[in-house]
Amino acid sequence: MATHEVLPARVQFPIVTESLSEERIAYLERLVSQARAAAAVFTQFTQEDVDRIVKPMVLAGLDQAQRLARLAVEETKLGVMEDKVIKNMVATEFVYNYIKDKRTVGIIREFPERDLVEVAEPIGVIFSITPITNPTSTVLFKCIMAIKTRNAVIFSPHPNAWRCCSEAVKIMYETALKHGAPEGVFACLESHTLQDNAYLMRHKDVGLIDATGGPGAVKAAYSSGKPALGVGPGNTPVYLEKTADLTTAVTDIILSKTFDNGTICASEQTAVIDDEIYDLVLKKFAELGAHICNEEERALLARAVIDPKTGLMLPMAVGQRATDIARLAGLSVKPDTKLLIAPIQGVGRGYPLSAEKLFPVLAVYRAKSVDEALKVCVDVNHAGGLGHTAVIFSRNEEVIRKFSEVMNAGRILVNSPGSVGAVGGVYNDLAPTFSFGCGTGGGNSTTDNVNIYHYLNLKRVARRTQAHMWFRVPNQIYFNMNAVENVHQFPSQSTIIITNPALEKFGHVDIVRRYIPAGTHVHVSVIPDAEPEVKVVMQGVEALNFYRADQIIALGGGSVIDAAKIMKLKYESPQADLEELAAPFLDLRKRVIQYPTEKINRARLIAISTTSGTGSEVTPFAVLTDKERGRKVTLADYSLTPDVAIVDPQFVISMPKGLTADTGIDCLTHALESAVSSYASAYTDCNAMQAIRMAFKYLPIAYEHPRDEEARSMMHNAACIAALAFSNASVGVNHALAHAFGAHFHVAHGRANALMLPHVIAYNASVPMKFLPSPYQKGYIAHKKYATVADLLGLGGHTIDEKVKNLVAATEQLLDQLGFPRSIAELGISKEEFERAMPELTKFAFDDPSWRSNPRMPLMSELAELFWKAYQGRSPAKVADAVEQQTV
Amino acid sequence: MIAVWLKIDEKRVAQALQEAEEKLDSVDGEMALDLSSVRRIDPNALRAMEEFADIADTKGVKVVLRGVDVGIYKVLKLVNLASRFSFVS
Repeated sequence: MATHEVLPARVQFPIVTESLSEERIAYLERLVSQARAAAAVFTQFTQEDVDRIVKPMVLAGLDQAQRLARLAVEETKLGVMEDKVIKNMVATEFVYNYIKDKRTVGIIREFPERDLVEVAEPIGVIFSITPITNPTSTVLFKCIMAIKTRNAVIFSPHPNAWRCCSEAVKIMYETALKHGAPEGVFACLESHTLQDNAYLMRHKDVGLIDATGGPGAVKAAYSSGKPALGVGPGNTPVYLEKTADLTTAVTDIILSKTFDNGTICASEQTAVIDDEIYDLVLKKFAELGAHICNEEERALLARAVIDPKTGLMLPMAVGQRATDIARLAGLSVKPDTKLLIAPIQGVGRGYPLSAEKLFPVLAVYRAKSVDEALKVCVDVNHAGGLGHTAVIFSRNEEVIRKFSEVMNAGRILVNSPGSVGAVGGVYNDLAPTFSFGCGTGGGNSTTDNVNIYHYLNLKRVARRTQAHMWFRVPNQIYFNMNAVENVHQFPSQSTIIITNPALEKFGHVDIVRRYIPAGTHVHVSVIPDAEPEVKVVMQGVEALNFYRADQIIALGGGSVIDAAKIMKLKYESPQADLEELAAPFLDLRKRVIQYPTEKINRARLIAISTTSGTGSEVTPFAVLTDKERGRKVTLADYSLTPDVAIVDPQFVISMPKGLTADTGIDCLTHALESAVSSYASAYTDCNAMQAIRMAFKYLPIAYEHPRDEEARSMMHNAACIAALAFSNASVGVNHALAHAFGAHFHVAHGRANALMLPHVIAYNASVPMKFLPSPYQKGYIAHKKYATVADLLGLGGHTIDEKVKNLVAATEQLLDQLGFPRSIAELGISKEEFERAMPELTKFAFDDPSWRSNPRMPLMSELAELFWKAYQGRSPAKVADAVEQQTV
Repeated sequence: MIAVWLKIDEKRVAQALQEAEEKLDSVDGEMALDLSSVRRIDPNALRAMEEFADIADTKGVKVVLRGVDVGIYKVLKLVNLASRFSFVS
């Protein structure tokens, strides 16, 4: 029999260089217009409407499966009719089984715990290219997918499969129309050219190109500038590892390679076989009808089926029987031979049969080790099959895992045939498909088995969620006069008292010692009065280690208590990296760096504050001074919160006036900032408002009459209450400014806060240039909060403007009463020096996490402006006027 | 000023539009079509709307559509017909 009768020549795409005629364009435009109208009308269909059409289409496809299979083989001269029947049934029945219960209209998925839903939006018009190898099954599959997802399709079948494909389209279309699908939903190009395809690929009304075809078609699709789905070439390696069930493996490979005469691109191309089982495997292949080629036969075979110029398979061999290929190559084989096996010693152009072969020819390679086997599989994978499919037969989970890691394949099939396994839904739970995405390895946009979700635009409806908030405070807080007596209830073997020299001198340490239970070893560690540095902290840690402390009593102001917090952290978790823990964050709950939870030592921290105050005895913050870089570094975590807080006013009676004013204003700033913070809640508001009221009332008294026990007690409590508020609501831009300024010019924290405070109130109360994203609050309310504060203080005013103005004035008045300098200039800092420092000040202020909960997002220019206002200072009248102009 | 006002029945949209076409000659300025009872349109109706828009354009008549369901509005938008009509609730 002449060769050409066995293997007919393929019709080549006519290369047409002239542009499309007007008539042709009109025809193509008509198709697109009808499809577009159908797709538009389709958007009105419900899930029930759609499902009512899909099922009859599936049944029609099943009914015509054999007839279409026969048409396909007759026309394409490829494959096996019986196998094409199975393909048509998988494309209908199996696909239907996968999609029948899936929602593709309206809300398709709900995530109630995330307040999120997904809603389906059809693509519109899909331009679909179908292959010669799986012509009718691909059409059936795509038609069913398209209707399920409310899309219209214009088909462009392979020219050598046009008749069977157009018949498949016709069956699907007629059934769909009969059951309510819109007219024009499917169309099939008649006798088309590459120019037709190019025109439609670029058409503005085509939403998606689905190219299941050869590399040329896929490349054209992706080059068109349109969203596209494509497929890639396969060169599937199959690894038979020594623990494999060989009977299953050999049967599966033969089944796969001979299914439709090897035309499914996922079929095995090169079998890499462990040395230990190689001979046995080949024997089993032979027993089941495979012909093992000798060296001479291999060479003849390669010459017959591989193009020596390109190294690719010759089209005329595609989908042909093993016996026909053998005849073509001049090999003598048994008449019932179903597979030709060619042993090879390498992969690449020097080994032609290591290329993809969409016909029943399998290359085999003997591997001496698992390592060699995996490497050869990688070589095969990279020789024209990236992203497609890989197969392994093994019972060794470790080898399977390694194989999966090194293969670049969208489908890695374990202990199942490649071709039918990759299709999905038969041997595994992959989505059934006739379009294998090969990812970037194959120049595609997905590695998925293309399915209904690729025919949809998914819209996500995200509702505003109410984030959980918190109110976290120390376990125990003891307050009022002589509250220090409660120290006696805390047993300890070894207690370290951290304090400063002045407090030791005043006898405060002795007061504390009085109440430490007898038998406790007590050591006093004195740290300098200045803000804590790392060096000082580490010295404290040494002491804690030396004395194996199980309790730390921090007796002092914010500096001492902050130092004690960090000492405890480093003592309990020596591996803690302070620099790392001070990394910036936006949201405490999403922060990258987590504080250590593993502790090698444990110590109770009792904080006794001696100023009124930073409130450090109840806060989760600790501030270090980085003298080298001239800035403050803030650590923030609830694990830093002291276990016990003691707020005993006897320790503040002797506070000098300056310190009373500085720490008192710090307390007020905490309260005011937490009141308007974007993290404020009902839990923090009550504390903030109470603290503001107490500060305004008692701070002037405590300042003027330091021996007034009630005033001292109230201010001491106010500082702690304000700290409870800002521990949970955080502070704001006032602190960011004060930190930067204070560190750079060595100004006490409270004083630095005081210089900024009136300007910040006016700033926060005016309409922001930039809103800070704040999921915790609805709307901008800082001005109203300030007005509430004014009401609480009885400052009068009828409108919000007036009340804010009055609050600013009252604050200014308080600052005057406390003898604060009213401008930075008054501190003796020259304008030139301040100007020089400005870039660094604004940078550090912006880097400071304190402002992240500010009601206004401060721009760098605004930070600079606030610094300048604080430098220049304002008289109360001028400030009030400025607020009137700016306030909402 | 709206000269003519017609209510369109969902079951006979294409026919109703054909009847409306016949009235276009006697319209001075605007014609309003009430589509509030139309919940869905099919390709026939869509074609009829396009033809109607073409004829109204040639006769210089502004067509106002009243009570158009948003799903139908979307269909008109997808086929570039929405811009050829005015819409009122």
